[in-house]
Amino acid sequence: MAATTSMVTSLTFTIPSLGLRLPTRRYPCVKPQRRFVRKAASNVITATYELKAPPYPLNALEPHMSRETLEYHWGKHHRTYVENLNKQVVGTDLEGLSLEDIIIVTYNKGDILPAFNNAAQAWNHDFFWESMKPGGGGKPSGDLLDLIERDFGSFERFIEEFKSAAATQFGSGWAWLAYKANRLDVENAVNPWPSEKDKKLVIVKSPNAVNPLVWDYFPLLTIDVWEHAYYLDFQNQRRDYISVFMEKLVSWETVNTRLEKAKARAAEREMEEERRRKEEEEGKPTNDDDDLEMYVDNDNDDSEAE
Amino acid sequence: MALLRSSVTRRTLTLGLNSSRLLPLSRSLQTFSLPDLPYDYGALEPAISGEIMQLHHQKHHQTYITNYNKALEQLHEAIQKGDSSTVVKLQSAIKFNGGGHVNHSIFWKNLAPIREGGGEPPKASLGWAIDSHFGSLESLIQKMNAEGAALQGSGWVWLGVNKELKKLVIETTPNQDPLVTKGPHLVPLLGIDVWEHAYYLQYKNVRPDYLKNIWKVINWKYASEVYEKECA
Repeated sequence: MAATTSMVTSLTFTIPSLGLRLPTRRYPCVKPQRRFVRKAASNVITATYELKAPPYPLNALEPHMSRETLEYHWGKHHRTYVENLNKQVVGTDLEGLSLEDIIIVTYNKGDILPAFNNAAQAWNHDFFWESMKPGGGGKPSGDLLDLIERDFGSFERFIEEFKSAAATQFGSGWAWLAYKANRLDVENAVNPWPSEKDKKLVIVKSPNAVNPLVWDYFPLLTIDVWEHAYYLDFQNQRRDYISVFMEKLVSWETVNTRLEKAKARAAEREMEEERRRKEEEEGKPTNDDDDLEMYVDNDNDDSEAE
Repeated sequence: MALLRSSVTRRTLTLGLNSSRLLPLSRSLQTFSLPDLPYDYGALEPAISGEIMQLHHQKHHQTYITNYNKALEQLHEAIQKGDSSTVVKLQSAIKFNGGGHVNHSIFWKNLAPIREGGGEPPKASLGWAIDSHFGSLESLIQKMNAEGAALQGSGWVWLGVNKELKKLVIETTPNQDPLVTKGPHLVPLLGIDVWEHAYYLQYKNVRPDYLKNIWKVINWKYASEVYEKECA
């Protein structure tokens, strides 16, 4: 019982200046960004999230994805999400937070708040453009390929599973390849015996604006399966669009870079947790002044482990 | 022999459900086919283009039917085998594809070319009910347009009637959920498809324009007939 109570307490913390409560245990990733964002925010008066352009010209993905599709998809849909997000957060507690933080705060453990859709769709589209490149497709190599083969059996099996996730997402949504570090498959659970094998690649699909950040997975690759992503080029043939995406558009370079970041973040978190546990054992308080704003819970790790 | 034995077992388990009711299930399975449109593909222009209508009917609706039939067949087989986990697993495909079939079948009847009365305001009892529930037809339209525009992703916006309370309701449903998922007494009078496939080739990202224009081809006569049947 004691452990349960203490775990619940440790799930939230307060950023005093913003009056926001964020989950820490599940999202330690918000820490470094928060410091940076708050500094930046003090110099900026209005909250503005910018519409980032795709890292290639709008006709660069032809003939697989038309210029017209990108003109609407990026120029209208993505733009509208960003503009509406800016209108929504101005003057609210969310102003000045990074996009990732807004997504996690407004996901609100599944009880979605109004800004979630725009924030998540802004992030999802940024990432979707990066997930493609002119002359993409083919096969990855190195660590990435090893992990794919380890976790899906073979590259071909992975392709099949990814395509199937994208094809079977009912209605609007996304399919993802993500890196899942030390997490149990049960929400809100803490892994009592973390091991190297827990860290793996997973394929997930998500409805509407939802993305794997809300489950604390690290996204490596995404495909948009809202109809607006493919309707002008493929009409009702979602499966053809998905095949062309995998064969001609995927940027394995991006996936590689993301995988490195995912691993680095997982390692950083482990070191941090290890450090905190050690300090706990030595009976030292962990709140040094620098980090004060970031976490107020110290006793969670012990109580969970026992 | 194996089948026979298993159906006997099932009978004893289903509180004396008589065997004649099990027979049609094991003999043949009803499948569904695409209903004809009561007008030409191009007949709703300029509100909805012929190209959209054709794809929407021949491709989208047909795919829901194909996959619905497939799921029903698998369900039939699973029930015969007593394979409960497959029966449960099939529910999402049945809801999605069966819902797609149900919803589109209503949608086609909700539309009519202008020369055949499309867009003509409802009269008699439905007209009065709309005025008394929503103030006016215009405010009903405004409310449905607002809900349709605000719906995230794919789904439907409905005008329905609660046949127990005889009350009109506006509802939205996600994906292909039919109106009845919002309440067992709800009967759809009018459903507007706000999936992007319903308007994208013509209206692109501007869903509000599609919603504004679709009222020009709404078949209020059909909605009135359903209303009168439920509320007479």
